[in-house]
Amino acid sequence: MALLEVTDLHTSFFTDAGEVKAVNGVSFSLEKNKVLGIVGESGSGKSVTAYSIMQILAKTGKIVSGSIKFNGEELVGAPESTMNKIRGNRISIIFQDPMTSLNPTYTIGNQLMEAILLHTGRNKKEAYDRAVEMLRLVNVNEPEKRMKQYPYEFSGGMRQRVMIAMALACEPDILIADEPTTALDVTIQAGILELMKDIQKKEGMAIIMITHDLGVVAQLCDEVIVMYAGGICEKGSAEDIFYHPKHEYTKGLLSSIPTVDDVYQKLKPIAGTPIDLLNMPKGCPFAPRCENAMKICIREAAKLQKVSEGHFARCWMNQKTL
Amino acid sequence: MLDESKNPVKKEKTMNDIQNDNKNNQAPLLQVKNLKQYFQLNNGFFSNQILKAVDDISFDIMKGETLGLVGESGCGKTTAGRTILHLYKPTAGDVIFDGEKIEGRQKIEAFRQKATMVFQDPYSSLDPRMTVSDIIGEPLDVQKLVSNASERRERILYLMDKVGLNSEHAARYAHEFSGGQRQRVGIARALATRPEFVVCDEPVSALDVSIQAQIINMFEQLQEDLGLTYLFIAHDLLVVRHISSRIAVMYLGHLVELASRDAICDKPLHPYTKALMSAVPMPDPKVARANKRISLSGEIPSPLHAPKGCPFHTRCPHATDACKESMPALREVESGRFVACHRVEEIN
Repeated sequence: MALLEVTDLHTSFFTDAGEVKAVNGVSFSLEKNKVLGIVGESGSGKSVTAYSIMQILAKTGKIVSGSIKFNGEELVGAPESTMNKIRGNRISIIFQDPMTSLNPTYTIGNQLMEAILLHTGRNKKEAYDRAVEMLRLVNVNEPEKRMKQYPYEFSGGMRQRVMIAMALACEPDILIADEPTTALDVTIQAGILELMKDIQKKEGMAIIMITHDLGVVAQLCDEVIVMYAGGICEKGSAEDIFYHPKHEYTKGLLSSIPTVDDVYQKLKPIAGTPIDLLNMPKGCPFAPRCENAMKICIREAAKLQKVSEGHFARCWMNQKTL
Repeated sequence: MLDESKNPVKKEKTMNDIQNDNKNNQAPLLQVKNLKQYFQLNNGFFSNQILKAVDDISFDIMKGETLGLVGESGCGKTTAGRTILHLYKPTAGDVIFDGEKIEGRQKIEAFRQKATMVFQDPYSSLDPRMTVSDIIGEPLDVQKLVSNASERRERILYLMDKVGLNSEHAARYAHEFSGGQRQRVGIARALATRPEFVVCDEPVSALDVSIQAQIINMFEQLQEDLGLTYLFIAHDLLVVRHISSRIAVMYLGHLVELASRDAICDKPLHPYTKALMSAVPMPDPKVARANKRISLSGEIPSPLHAPKGCPFHTRCPHATDACKESMPALREVESGRFVACHRVEEIN
């Protein structure tokens, strides 16, 4: 049984301008010890997928249909008391912006111990020891001294380490990382990514890595999901996605980033502008920007189809007979 | 002339010697000489701290080339770009454009017609109350470059066409556009005065990956068509590597290395450049996983408490006592290759 099983998830935001279908039929499963990368542009629904799993959507957002099974237990429609036991305890999340995800009026120690006291049977003394131990794990120097400091006394990279320490303090089964290094400098980013990989190996948890940076995906992820306009257009192993992409959008993404080998070649951008979720086309959502779009692409969206073992793509180009 | 007093042993030329020699060779379009930008911080009644955002940087930019300027946040790369354009009054040092030193109000005004800027954030750098045609037309009005309304309109439509915007968008407001299209408006505005030199300050970092490539290709096309010279400031090293002919690396207000794109990327010499290059996540699983990262200890010091001597010595794996004492000069170690490191020969 998979650790996490998401089936045909639909999440919408009900705004004044109409229903925004942010996640549109997403299915995937996550095994223990694996790092799953979700890539896509802004508005592709990658963060909303994660927030749906945690059920921390904004007030206007709602899971319309689908199922999220964690260790076999259904989370969609589960009461808040069940979610409270899972959030921060079995499934943790770290957010993009380490500057705003910590409370500026409490000390780091206080915030770290809060999660531990809430979710485990530890007393205050034990919670303190655990917090110090976690800070040491994420390579924060002089953890005892740091426990008494406030977030403003920490740099961006250090705050993100504290966030990771907080997320891992209850030994979760799944860590969701929503663009964890986007706000950080490259040398700091490299350190954080290495740290996450080390801890993942040591603690044996699964990670869902949400990012728009294909470099981060290449470095860290075993499995990759590529999202566009709320749906999955391709999923497979990192090797499948980077070396044998089977969806036109994935191909476009890969050829629009500068790489090491083709420094002298011109980049091949994807034409057009990102999709407006309020006015979704009838057929394949990528068809208006796709160079190789055919008549059928505009009429009808393709199904997610197996192209090889563990590698799926939603593109008419892979259909042998039309 | 070598500066014998400071560097009695080393025989390499420093950047200043090279700049003086340049008079004989091909003249650079823009020269930056010992540029400094200090900010006085009044944070409290008795405290008067000085923040050295840019501390003594010198480089040349040749006509038609793209010089990439990279570094981590807070290293002074944006301040350097703005100071070169005299958006800040330089604390010290000279900017020489086309052989002429920029000083005094008249020269600065004329210079701003020839040298413009594209800003990072396409959302906050466009006035929400102005239409696209007014945004692009404003520099024309300020510099009095058009004599009548029809000429103005023609120029605006030409610029919109150049950056790939539809002429029917002219009467729209900035909020009606996506990030990529807004950045096109910002670029059209920067090109309005027929500049020769454009400072591009992180022009693609706020955009989605698929849109970034469109804008980068447009920068390259415009350079070809209009003979532009760019100072391209960015923190994304893959983008800088793609677009630049030469790359300058900044750390805590200082220039630590300057060389051709391939030299910087394939064989960096300064220990900071080495660490920076090894930290770039490559979008290729095999390369990324085989990559041996040089990890740096500690964090970037605050520019308010910049370390004495070499700014990098607190994190440098090769630092010695000498590095803590004296600031290494940016010197030419190979032809066209400048490094500011005392131990560059020993460690490579």
